[in-house]
Amino acid sequence: MTHILLRHRDIPDINTLNVYKKNGGFAAFKKAVTKMKPAEVTEVVKNSGLRGRGGAGFPTGMKWAFIDKNNWPHYVVANADESEPGTFKDREIMEGNPFQFLEGVAIASYAIGANAAYVYLRGEFWELAAFLDEKIAEMEEAGYLGEDLFGTDYSLKIYTHLGAGAYICGEETALLESLEGKRGQPRVRPPFPPSYGLYGKPTIVNNVETLTNVPLILANGADWYKSMGTVDSAGVKIFSLSGRVRKPGNYELPFGTTFRQLIYEYGMGIQEGRPVKAIMPAGASSSLIAVDDKVLDTPMDYAAVRTLGADLGSASVIVLDDTVSMDWVVNKTIHFFKHESCGKCTTCREGNYWMRNLTERIHSGKGTGADVDLLLNVAKQMQGKCLCALGEFSTMAVVTGIERFPQDFKQAVRSNS
Amino acid sequence: MSLEKKYPKEVKQLLAKYPPEHKRSAVMPLLYLAQREEGYITREAMQDIARILEITETEVASIVGFYTLYHDKKEGKYRMQVCTDLPCALRGADEFLDNLCANLGIKVGETTEDGLVTLESVMCLAACDRAPMFQTQGPRRHQVSRVHDRGPHHGIGRGVEEE
Repeated sequence: MTHILLRHRDIPDINTLNVYKKNGGFAAFKKAVTKMKPAEVTEVVKNSGLRGRGGAGFPTGMKWAFIDKNNWPHYVVANADESEPGTFKDREIMEGNPFQFLEGVAIASYAIGANAAYVYLRGEFWELAAFLDEKIAEMEEAGYLGEDLFGTDYSLKIYTHLGAGAYICGEETALLESLEGKRGQPRVRPPFPPSYGLYGKPTIVNNVETLTNVPLILANGADWYKSMGTVDSAGVKIFSLSGRVRKPGNYELPFGTTFRQLIYEYGMGIQEGRPVKAIMPAGASSSLIAVDDKVLDTPMDYAAVRTLGADLGSASVIVLDDTVSMDWVVNKTIHFFKHESCGKCTTCREGNYWMRNLTERIHSGKGTGADVDLLLNVAKQMQGKCLCALGEFSTMAVVTGIERFPQDFKQAVRSNS
Repeated sequence: MSLEKKYPKEVKQLLAKYPPEHKRSAVMPLLYLAQREEGYITREAMQDIARILEITETEVASIVGFYTLYHDKKEGKYRMQVCTDLPCALRGADEFLDNLCANLGIKVGETTEDGLVTLESVMCLAACDRAPMFQTQGPRRHQVSRVHDRGPHHGIGRGVEEE
């Protein structure tokens, strides 16, 4: 299959300006700026069925259309804070195919009338930020960024901004707070960023992968894009496969590819030929799916995965084999969320503290059956009461782990029950 | 020496990235600049940054405290950051970290006696296909982090020194 996003795997040196240009690079941006009205660009993206790739799956064109046109200036912010355990696609896109991503940022900026865009990268990506700075400078030199682009009066600057080690900044309003020079803590919503974003101005926050789709959608048309994937979820997705598979990695595939194909055809099956016990399709934020043949043959799109009692999210598929006990998994995920809770809302701050104490006790063999009941109770109490998705996500593996794998927890507390 | 005197060009460039009325946005890049050489941020540097951005020192300190990549005390010249999150742990990260501790003779969070290496257990580094993975950060090229897959279990001190 020819790649649409991971094009560096087909085209060597596409991360150089000349090779990118030779392969149609910047033609879509030029077409947008010189031949299309901003609303027409948004319309194409809307018709393509593109949905946000950061996890929420919100229709991209619809988000762009929400931008408040009575309040200026507007901003585009690319969310490159890739921090979900199990997700490593945006890193590869930006390293391998940076210009297509930046062209996506540029087209989105034109579509919403923004003259400045920020790429917010997680702090650990400093090398990558310096690399993108070079690429942005090359685009300025070549006349793809700056004043009066393509002989029009449209101008655009793109800037990188480094975070400093906070998972919460992947949440879009926390990211905006961080970009404003504050602690990265989520805002109360509404208002949402398209009406109240960066510096209180209308802002579109899109994930790196989402934006990287845009140049080819504009070049080839909405129908071309919609011809791939499923009715519910159009186009292609990068599935980050990790855990106990033989060949972990990023696989760009149409929506609707089954778990079985991903794990056995692309991931070459499970280490030592063991059976799959569980899948987390959305990284550490995911519900735990107990695996049987029906699950393995489920097509991966947003709607179908929901029928399994989970969300596809950012499609970071962590595979667990039969040697893995879910009390260990839950202890791992809760350590992560306890560390990353921003502390703003009581539910998440205190809830994760208590959950961490409980998972630690259960996993270390000192827990009782009552501890497991209490853990489930705390997690359920938290649901629906957190300020942002981080708190909600922290409960997913806990609740589904205990409910779908009761044996594992019984086993963990057996000596004290 | 104040930050502006030491890095006049960089300070100017960083401030230019943000609208002048929102220069507070430059607090994070300025903090990176401040810890470029010594690997940590001094009280004086925080005062400098507060003055440049016209915010209080407390506000700057709250940023340093909130984000894990800012440090307010001197530690090892190099930071070895080992991911122990779920995808890495499924591929031996905890054992890898134990080995590293044994080889370096320190616990997680400690610094080797020669002041060369501080060992940290960190959250997911977005390279789970290379699990178990870790990265090192050094002072000289502070904009550079090295991603390692399945790093060496021994001779680690020598490895980072060459870096």
